Amino acid sequence: MIVLSRDWLLSETPVSRAQAAWVRRYRGWLQFRTNGLAMVGLVTAAIMIFMSLAAPLLTLQDPSAQDLAGRLAPPSWQHWLGTDELGRDIYTRVLYGGRITLGMVVAVVLLVAPVGLAVGSIAGYLGGLADRALMRVTDVFLAFPRLVLALAFVAALKPGITSAIIAIALTSWPPYARLARAETLTIRGSDFIAAVRLTGASSFRVILRHIVPLCLSSVIVRVTLDMSGIILTAAGLGFLGMGAQPPMPEWGTMIAASRAFILEQWWVPTIPGVAIFVASLAFNLLGDGMRDVLDPKQR
Amino acid sequence: MIEIAALSVRFGTIEAVRDVSFSVERGESFGLVGESGSGKSTVLRALAGLNRNWSGRMTVGNEVLAPQRSKDFFRRVQMVFQDPYGSLHPRQTVDRLLSEPLLVHGMDNIERRILRGLNEVALPAAMRFRYPHQLSGGQRQRVAIARALMAEPQVLLLDEPTSALDVSVQAEVLNLLMDLQQAHGLTYILVSHNLAVVAHLCGRIGVMQAGELVELLSADDLRAGRTRHPHTASLRELSIELEEPETSL
Amino acid sequence: MLVQIDNLRIRFPTPHGLSDAVRNVSLTLGQEKLGIVGESGSGKSLTARSILKLLPGNAVITADKLIFDDIDVMSADEDAMRRIRGKRAGLILQDPKYSLNPVMTAGEQIAEAWRIHRGGSRRLAYRAAIDLLVQVQIRDPARVAAAYPHELSGGMGQRVMIAMMLAPDPELLIADEPTSALDATVQAEILRLIEDLVSRRGMGLILISHDLPLVSHFCDRVVVMYAGRVVEELRAADLLHANHPYTRGLLECLPALSHRQRRLAVMQRDPSWLEE
Repeated sequence: MIVLSRDWLLSETPVSRAQAAWVRRYRGWLQFRTNGLAMVGLVTAAIMIFMSLAAPLLTLQDPSAQDLAGRLAPPSWQHWLGTDELGRDIYTRVLYGGRITLGMVVAVVLLVAPVGLAVGSIAGYLGGLADRALMRVTDVFLAFPRLVLALAFVAALKPGITSAIIAIALTSWPPYARLARAETLTIRGSDFIAAVRLTGASSFRVILRHIVPLCLSSVIVRVTLDMSGIILTAAGLGFLGMGAQPPMPEWGTMIAASRAFILEQWWVPTIPGVAIFVASLAFNLLGDGMRDVLDPKQR
Repeated sequence: MIEIAALSVRFGTIEAVRDVSFSVERGESFGLVGESGSGKSTVLRALAGLNRNWSGRMTVGNEVLAPQRSKDFFRRVQMVFQDPYGSLHPRQTVDRLLSEPLLVHGMDNIERRILRGLNEVALPAAMRFRYPHQLSGGQRQRVAIARALMAEPQVLLLDEPTSALDVSVQAEVLNLLMDLQQAHGLTYILVSHNLAVVAHLCGRIGVMQAGELVELLSADDLRAGRTRHPHTASLRELSIELEEPETSL
Repeated sequence: MLVQIDNLRIRFPTPHGLSDAVRNVSLTLGQEKLGIVGESGSGKSLTARSILKLLPGNAVITADKLIFDDIDVMSADEDAMRRIRGKRAGLILQDPKYSLNPVMTAGEQIAEAWRIHRGGSRRLAYRAAIDLLVQVQIRDPARVAAAYPHELSGGMGQRVMIAMMLAPDPELLIADEPTSALDATVQAEILRLIEDLVSRRGMGLILISHDLPLVSHFCDRVVVMYAGRVVEELRAADLLHANHPYTRGLLECLPALSHRQRRLAVMQRDPSWLEE
C-alpha cells in the first residue's frame, strides 16, 4: 500500500520496488529543495505552465478580439497590460501565447529526446559499422545552424507551427545522440553490464533496460536546459514570420508584428519579450538544479 | 569439465595471454595467481565469453566454445566480479538485479527463487528492495554471488572476489563460497593476486607471469615450498613475509 | 610531540541529524612511525586528515586538543593551515593515478612542489626534482622526470608522489593506504622506501592501512580503530599479544599460506565495542 508519509519516504528498508523508487525520488527532491535558485526556476516554470493551461479561466477576453479604436493603449484596469497594434488585449494574448510556445517546446522535446537517446545508445553500444553510420548521419544534421535549417525547412513547406516544430526538432536531436553515445561508451565497459551480458540477454534488452535508464539523467538535464533555446528559436522563427502565423498570439510573432512601436508604445513588443525571457530563465535555473541532483557524481 | 588448450588473447597488437593450457575437473576449485598484468583475469573473461579476440580451444562440459556463446552456456557458467561497487547496476534494486537472469532465461517461480537466493548468501530479506549504494561492500558481493547462482550454474568464475573487501568480510565471503560449493557441487576457477586466499580455497593452482602459465602445482606443494619456477617461489616468499605480524624488533 | 589529538569527534549531517564518524579518539605522535589500522568506515582516514584540516566542508569537528607541533589546528585559520600543508606535513594517497596531475610531467610536478615552498628558479627546482627522484630510488631519474603520469607504473607513480611530498622537507608524513593499489612485490619496496626516508630525515610517519600484519612490519606503534573509535593501542612488536577481541579477530580471520585451515575464523562483532 502506498502511503506517502514522511517516514515511508525516508525508509531505510523499503518493502517493494515501488517504495524503493519513491524513497529515491523523495531524497532527490529534498536535495533539490535546498537549491534556492532551482526552486525559483521550478516555481516560475510551474506558474507559467499553469497560467497557460488555465488561460480561459484567467481572462475573459478573446485573444483575437480587435478594437481598432483602442489600439496601442497603455495598461489600464480594462486591459491589464494594454492593447497591441490591432487593439487586442496583450495580457490575454500573452496567456494564450504561452500555450503555443510551451506547447511547441513540449512537442519538440517529445520528438527529439527519444530519437536522440535511441540513436546515441545504439551507436555507442553496438560500435563498429552501426556506430559510424549513425554518427555520420548525426554529424550531417549537426552541421547545420539551427535557425538556418529551420528557416530552409519551413520555407520549403508551409510556414506554420507544425513546420516550425519539425524544423526545430530536426536540428535539435543530434546533441542528444552525442550525449547518449558518450554516456553509453562509459557505461558499456562496466562490470554490471558485463554481468547482464553474461545472462545471455539480447543487445536490445541490454540497451533498453540497462543502459538507457542510466543515460536518462543527463538527457533530462540537457532537455531542461535546452528548453530555453527551443523557446528562443521558436520565437525567432515567429519573429521572422516562419513560425506561428498571425493572428496566432505566439510571443515571437507578437514582437515581430509590433516592433515598429518600440519607441513610443514600448510595452507592446516588450511584454512578450519579457515573457520569453522569464520562461527561458526559469527553465535554465530548473535545469541547473536538476543537474546538481541527477549528476553522475552522485551515483 | 573445463579444458583450455593453447589459449591466446590479443588486445590490438599486444598479446595479453599466450599459449595457456590447463584443465579443471568437475567439482574442483582451480586457482589462477599472478601479479597485475599477468593475464589471469583476461583468461577468465575470455572463458566467460566477454572477449572475442581469442584463439585456441576451450571446452566446457562437452561443448566446444565458439566466439558467440549460446544462452545455454550462460546457464552453465557464471561469473562474480572483483569490484562490488561496479558489478551491480546502480539504479536497480537487489530484487530487480536478482530477477534479471530469471527473466532472461524464462525461469518460473521468481519470487521463491529470489527469497531462496538471498537466504543462501545469508542476506536478510529486508535488503531485497535496497539499492546498491545502500549496501556495504560485503553485502554487495553477496548479492553478486546470489545473482550468479540464480541461473543454477555448474561453473562459477571468480575474478578477485574478495580483493576489494575488508579482511573480516573476506573471511565470511570465502567461507560462504566454500559452503556453496559443497551444497551445489560447483566447479570454481578463482583468480587472485593473494596467494593465501587462493591456497585456502583451491586444490590446484596455476601461476601466470606476463601472459604465460609458468607453473601448475597443488596448493599443498605451494604451501610447503615445493615450487619449480622462480616466479612462484618469489611470490610465495613475499606472501609469507608479509602475512605474519613481525614479532621481533 | 609532533601531533597531539585529544577527544576528537567528527560528525556529518544526515537527513536524521548529525551522525558520528569519529568519536573520542586520542593519540599522540612523536618522531616515530605510527600505524592506524581499521576496516572501511573505521574513521582512520578522517582522523589523520583532521590534523591537516582536510575534511569535507560539511564535517563538524570538535576536539579538546588538536595540535600539530606548536600550532592549535582547531583554532587555526585557512592561512595558517596552508602554511602547514605540504610544507610541514605531507599527505600521500592511495592511487597515484588520481593524485598526480595528468597533464604535467613528473619532474614538473615535483619541481612545482619544491618552488612553492622553497622558492628558487625553475632550473634549480627541476634539478632538485631529479635529485629527489634519485632519493626515492628511481634508477633513471631523467627519463621519469620527463614522463607523464600515465606513462609510469603504479610503483613509480607512488615514488613520484613521495618525492613530491618530500620536496618541501616536511616534519610529518601521512600515508593513506599508499600501497593498497600496488602488487605485493612493489608494495614491500615502497614501504621500505618510506620507512628509510622517514628514519633518515627524522620525520614522523602516520601510516594508515587496513592491513594489520603489513603495518606491524613498518611501524613502531599501532592504533586499531573500529567504527570511529580507538579500540586498542599497542607496540607493533606486541601485536600477537593483542588484548582486544577486535584486534584478535582481525589477526585470526586472515588465511595463511603457511598452514592449512578448514574454515576461516569469522569476526563476531560485539556491540559493546561501540560503547567504549
